[in-house]
Amino acid sequence: MPERIWVYGEVSAGAITTTTLELVTKAAEVGTAEVLLLGSAPADAIETLGQYGASKVFRSADPIFDDYLILPALEAAAALIGQQQPAVMLFASTYAGRDLAAGLSARLDCGAITDVGDFALRDGSVEATIPALGGAYQNTSTLVSEGTKLLVVRPKSFEPTAVGGHPEVEEVSAPGGADVRRVQIAERVDVPVEGPQIEKALKIVAGGRGLKSAEGFAMLHELADLLGAAVGATRAVVDAAWVPYSMQVGQTGKTVKPDVYIACGISGAIQHLAGMKGSKTIIAVNTDPEAPIFKIADLGVIGDVYLVIPQLIQEIKQRKGLIS
Amino acid sequence: MHVIVCGKVIPDTTVPLQIDPKTKRVIRSGIGHELDPAAAGAVEEALRITDAHGGEVTFITMGIADATIGIRKAYAMGVANGLHLLDDAFAGSDTLGTAKALAAAIKRSPFDLVICGTESSDSYSGIVPVQIAILLGIPALTFAKAVSVEGNSVRIQRQSETGYSVVTAELPALISVTSGINEPRFPPLKGVMAARKMPIETLSASDLGLAGAVGESAARERVLTVGAPPARTAGEVIEDGGEGGRRIAVLLAARGLI
Repeated sequence: MPERIWVYGEVSAGAITTTTLELVTKAAEVGTAEVLLLGSAPADAIETLGQYGASKVFRSADPIFDDYLILPALEAAAALIGQQQPAVMLFASTYAGRDLAAGLSARLDCGAITDVGDFALRDGSVEATIPALGGAYQNTSTLVSEGTKLLVVRPKSFEPTAVGGHPEVEEVSAPGGADVRRVQIAERVDVPVEGPQIEKALKIVAGGRGLKSAEGFAMLHELADLLGAAVGATRAVVDAAWVPYSMQVGQTGKTVKPDVYIACGISGAIQHLAGMKGSKTIIAVNTDPEAPIFKIADLGVIGDVYLVIPQLIQEIKQRKGLIS
Repeated sequence: MHVIVCGKVIPDTTVPLQIDPKTKRVIRSGIGHELDPAAAGAVEEALRITDAHGGEVTFITMGIADATIGIRKAYAMGVANGLHLLDDAFAGSDTLGTAKALAAAIKRSPFDLVICGTESSDSYSGIVPVQIAILLGIPALTFAKAVSVEGNSVRIQRQSETGYSVVTAELPALISVTSGINEPRFPPLKGVMAARKMPIETLSASDLGLAGAVGESAARERVLTVGAPPARTAGEVIEDGGEGGRRIAVLLAARGLI
């Protein structure tokens, strides 16, 4: 009997998230993939999950899961895990994924492994690979508790692959009562993002504290427009409010794997490298020859971004025939 | 109003860290320590709430002897009480063990609000705050980028993939705050001087009734191996002698990127 691997299914912007499909793909490779899908979801959600390898979907569309944070999903998941005893449950390292995994690990007293990049099952125990300290090392960990093993997995760890299939659907009941309604979601506000989204971009130009001010991003936007790239940023400049959070690349921001990543005035803190070191080509410009970013760059230029990037912009314009 | 902040004291973020292959933990000797910037943000948010609504802030940290430096920093910023969970028996705790110790320490006194950073700046697991809330049986409001307390309820703006959500709950509750939520105050010199004389209460695992329930032996997560990932083939690093921009363009063109 293949082991049952559960995935916590998530919906964002009206679609099953890509990360959910990554996890379902992996789950179907390792064992029998089953998905827990709670709250509102698009009409084709079940079909989509089946295409990526889900054999079964545990489903409740009860609005309680949309209206109240953590607790309804926690009650429903804890009860189902108790009945069904899957070998592993996978969560994406997202806001909802981390919250539910955290809640279950405390409720079931089983712990959880976070920041997982890959995993394997060996004789009923799980071996998870965790890139440590931003990838300077790689560790493996296991969970010694009995029962279902909870793993919180980094986005983009696996390639989503459509294999075709029609999952069985089992309706699950939603919890009720005042106790699970203690944290209310009163309103959802969408903040529009300008330009291409970094998590989908094939080219990224990113800025860090070495730009010295928010105004430096104007130059990066000019370069990005010429390349058809998105603009990203480090946590330091997002924290300094130079640019919005949606642009943050790194362990606590977005994980990206573009064809090219041009790092401008970025030293390469562990937290940032964790989010971008899978890029196919990495180019870095920084004044500090000791900057860690140079250790992973295909081409590193030790120099002033305000000299190097304008020259690059000029050179691209010439090559494109925009100027002679 | 009594606000409790749980935060970490972490190795100096400017020094590259090494892992000891024997203990499988970060090598901490000879490395300076500082109050985690994420914890400083949580302290700042707590102080803003007690500044506006009255009451006091207690700071709790679990960590090695050097962690007192972070407690003194919290005192200098303006917290009223500092609590240090200090015991070799805590060493090697996983996230759940850490949450159990912090929850047990929080429960020792009545409180209205617990504030944590969403994740520490050195390990980023990001699950301890919700674990604490579940262990305490209080609501968790997570990933807050804005917080307001009105009467007996708390309201936050919770970061989401597409913007934010407005989330509310009754007190007592726990909130986790994102790193950019505020600019932590610079401790005034007077505060720094006074902080040196403030008492730091230390608690052991047995003080908390957790002997055998925390630390490496009780951890659900076991580190199996530590090692180096396959190295990325080293690229070329050049000094910009006035040709840096053009060199980048040449590489981009060679790889079909322009």
